[in-house]
Amino acid sequence: MLRRILPHPLLTLTLAVTWQLLVNTVTVGSVVLGLVLGLIIPVVTAPYWPDRPRLRRPVRIIEYAVVVIWDIIVANVVVAGIILFRRLDRIRTHWIAVPLDITTPEAITVLAGTITMTPGTVSAMLSADGRAILVHCLDTGDPDGVRDQIKARYERRLKEIFE
Amino acid sequence: MSQLSEVAISALLVISGLFGLVGSWGLVRLRDTLQRLHAPTKATTLGVGGALLASMLYFALTHGQVSFHELMISVFLFITAPVSANFIAKTHMLHHVQPEELPPTGRATGWAGYEAAGQGEGSGN
Repeated sequence: MLRRILPHPLLTLTLAVTWQLLVNTVTVGSVVLGLVLGLIIPVVTAPYWPDRPRLRRPVRIIEYAVVVIWDIIVANVVVAGIILFRRLDRIRTHWIAVPLDITTPEAITVLAGTITMTPGTVSAMLSADGRAILVHCLDTGDPDGVRDQIKARYERRLKEIFE
Repeated sequence: MSQLSEVAISALLVISGLFGLVGSWGLVRLRDTLQRLHAPTKATTLGVGGALLASMLYFALTHGQVSFHELMISVFLFITAPVSANFIAKTHMLHHVQPEELPPTGRATGWAGYEAAGQGEGSGN
């Protein structure tokens, strides 16, 4: 019964908090409206998430976020340097195939997003069986090193969080 | 507002402006679509981030109110920017990149976009 009213408590909480942050002030009315939205939206959208992601170690998300934000700052400076100072024919662009150990769609989605936001890499495609990801790297002298870094820095942490 | 906070806010705005400019310059300078894709997805995240941080600091220090809108904007950007970049990359690849140019998947199957496009005649567009 409770499961039918509250199919996804975490989503309910996220929506209520998001609404609060959007409104930017805490009043009784906005809290009630946030909770109503948090109750209705999960029920209405339930058919779209048949398997909800399971978070094994939610605390690790904070560590992951800090690592990613730091990498984004570094990536910005590195890419800006390449754009401004590198001769065009000296930019060593590579395709890199990264085999995946993670299997849950949510973890792969987060990994693909992270790859796109960080050091000179954009995730382009998955293999048809979803066990490898194709990465476009703007400039690297060591494609294998980039692959190993993605696996060690991001995938390992996501595996701990999701699987 | 103290001198120090004014300097901090101005510095953040200048930094964000510089990175936005570099990102746009990258669009002009780099050679192909996939290389250009790197410029706006990277250089501008710090551009937008710096402006949002400056805005939060400004409201916190001068009006004494904490604003969460900037945090929400960055969260929404982080969720949407990689998705649009991925769509642009895939569209470009299906039109201009042959599967032979890509590294092997290391799996029994090929890359997803090409597998789907290869099955139905002309359905890949």
